[in-house]
Amino acid sequence: MSAGSAIVVDDVSKRFRLYHERNRSLKAAFLRGRRARYEEFWALSDVSLEVADGATFGLIGENGSGKSTLLKCMAKILRPEKGSITSRGRISALLELGAGFHPELSGRENVFLNGSILGLSKRQVTQRFDEIVDFAGLEHFIDTPVKNYSSGMYVRLGFSVAINVDPDILLVDEVLAVGDADFQRKCMEKFADLKAKGNTIVLVSHGLESVRNLCDEAAHLEHGQLRRLGPAADVVDDYLGAVYAGGQRQDGDHGMRWGSGEARLERLELLDASDQPVKRTRTGDSVTFRLHYAAEERIEAPVFGMALHTIEGMHVTGPNTRDSSGIPKEIDGGGFVDLRVDRLLLVPGTYDLTAAIYDSTLTHPFDYRYRAFRFDVEPGDPREEHGVMSLGGFWTAGTPTH
Amino acid sequence: MARLAEYADARELTWNLTLRELRGRYKRSVLGWTWSLLNPLSTVLVFSVVFKFFLKIEPPVGDPSGLHNFALFLLCGLVAWNYLSNGMNASMDSLVSNRNLIEKVYFPREILVVSTVMSLLVSLLIELAVLAVILLIVGNMVIPWIPIALVVVAIQTLFVLGIGLLLSVLNVYFRDVKHLMAIVLQALFYSAPIVYPMSLVPEKADLFGWVIPLRTIYELNPLVTLVETYRDVLYDLRFPPVGDVAYLLAWSVGVFAVGLWVFNRLDGRLAEEV
Repeated sequence: MSAGSAIVVDDVSKRFRLYHERNRSLKAAFLRGRRARYEEFWALSDVSLEVADGATFGLIGENGSGKSTLLKCMAKILRPEKGSITSRGRISALLELGAGFHPELSGRENVFLNGSILGLSKRQVTQRFDEIVDFAGLEHFIDTPVKNYSSGMYVRLGFSVAINVDPDILLVDEVLAVGDADFQRKCMEKFADLKAKGNTIVLVSHGLESVRNLCDEAAHLEHGQLRRLGPAADVVDDYLGAVYAGGQRQDGDHGMRWGSGEARLERLELLDASDQPVKRTRTGDSVTFRLHYAAEERIEAPVFGMALHTIEGMHVTGPNTRDSSGIPKEIDGGGFVDLRVDRLLLVPGTYDLTAAIYDSTLTHPFDYRYRAFRFDVEPGDPREEHGVMSLGGFWTAGTPTH
Repeated sequence: MARLAEYADARELTWNLTLRELRGRYKRSVLGWTWSLLNPLSTVLVFSVVFKFFLKIEPPVGDPSGLHNFALFLLCGLVAWNYLSNGMNASMDSLVSNRNLIEKVYFPREILVVSTVMSLLVSLLIELAVLAVILLIVGNMVIPWIPIALVVVAIQTLFVLGIGLLLSVLNVYFRDVKHLMAIVLQALFYSAPIVYPMSLVPEKADLFGWVIPLRTIYELNPLVTLVETYRDVLYDLRFPPVGDVAYLLAWSVGVFAVGLWVFNRLDGRLAEEV
């Protein structure tokens, strides 16, 4: 292992068994011959990478690409079939908040228990106890059994312990992106602190913006293979390119689709100011969302709707044609409806478009395409980055007239 | 070597998980820890009544203690048995019931079994303390024998750990190990002189015309040796035969080695299989 690396992943392959019928009983094992029937599935194949000491490293990829598996291998929770992973320093993995909390024990007792599960000594927990409780904001409840906590309190306490572990290498799955905005902000600030202190962080994320902003280097995994490794911004760009190269992801990962099918959404498009289909735009640009449909029969007063989600899953907005004057009156055959947006006031990030055609009563979906089209918003005008939307306002300054 | 270092690092976690077991055990009960005293006391009471009035088995006279009391005779064997059987049952659940930890956090998985057994060891020590007080009350001067009893407890702990490691990991792969063990435990209970004195076991037995040396075969069972050793120390107040202790130690070391080996062979895929 070279001098500057915190983690070296050397030619690692990890196999899972997908059981058809699980041999959980001895009888089944004997009857079927010793082996249960299963298919092998390589979640990782021949992955090699190095995480530099003190670096923040992002792992990105589709669902099922093996990024979480790789993280669990780094954390030694899973043991790879081939290859080896060497690491230097103490590793702490945040895969679940409050793992090992005992519901009957008080918050105080659970802080000590959870701390030691995450590798802290009693003395270390004692030193950090006040900070942990303070961060979680649970001073009044610390001697209450955690079973009486709300789920928010539970997660806050779990996070607070976890983030105060202060290990040499921190492995984080995107579970930490749950919680309200305030909580996420605290979380991001804490990561920035750890990064500044020189801790090595490996982050598995769907939040491409957080990878781009927070990480130095990143790896893009695809079907268990390393597709690209390099500076985070390059890898994220390459990933977005790859995602969109295959068309509009109409049947991609998020492409859950349902409906009775009398009318179908053929294609979803994002058009720029000159009506050219694009996959990325900028804050403040003029854009059009175009929903192409095909109706097999005449449908009166259909309702077209769409929704925008951030990639983390926050529902940003959901305009539909019924709320605004009900166009078109009827559909038969092919066509499209447009939602024109003079100034797209989304802050930079990655967003998913959901679109649907309903009957006039909004009770019967003809076609519902959940998060079927993904696009990027890049910094533009106004240049803002907090929250999900800009108000499009202008700052002015003045002095009192008297 | 790396493994040993991990075990050393994990001492505190082992202790904390043991405390979790112990603290969680009597939470929400009004009497709390008093239960751990009441349980052995009630056992003494029940058996005293049953064997005084209904089942009149003649207990052996303690040699050299002179003690002649069936309930205490029984209890000296029963504490050892309870430790073993509770240890086996609790170990089998220790991995499955901590699935969320295994899937989410890395630490040597043996710790889950070890902390389970440690929490039962604490129960055993409480039971032994209660037993010692009762023995003193009826006039068995047991105090000088306590260090020897603790050595026997240590040897048994090694045995329980070994079998616990083995069963815990097997139960992950085959859930009916648990049901199988329910039957095995029942048979084991009667395979050792716990509720009956050893004198009831005949030297020879006739099986379909074959004469078999039943007593000799019977005594091969390490559980017999274990129960007899506890009785030597607590009931009879005498040194157990060195051969017996060596036999017990050999079994314990052997079972522990096998348990640890099997555990280490199978624990690589625990997070997937549990």
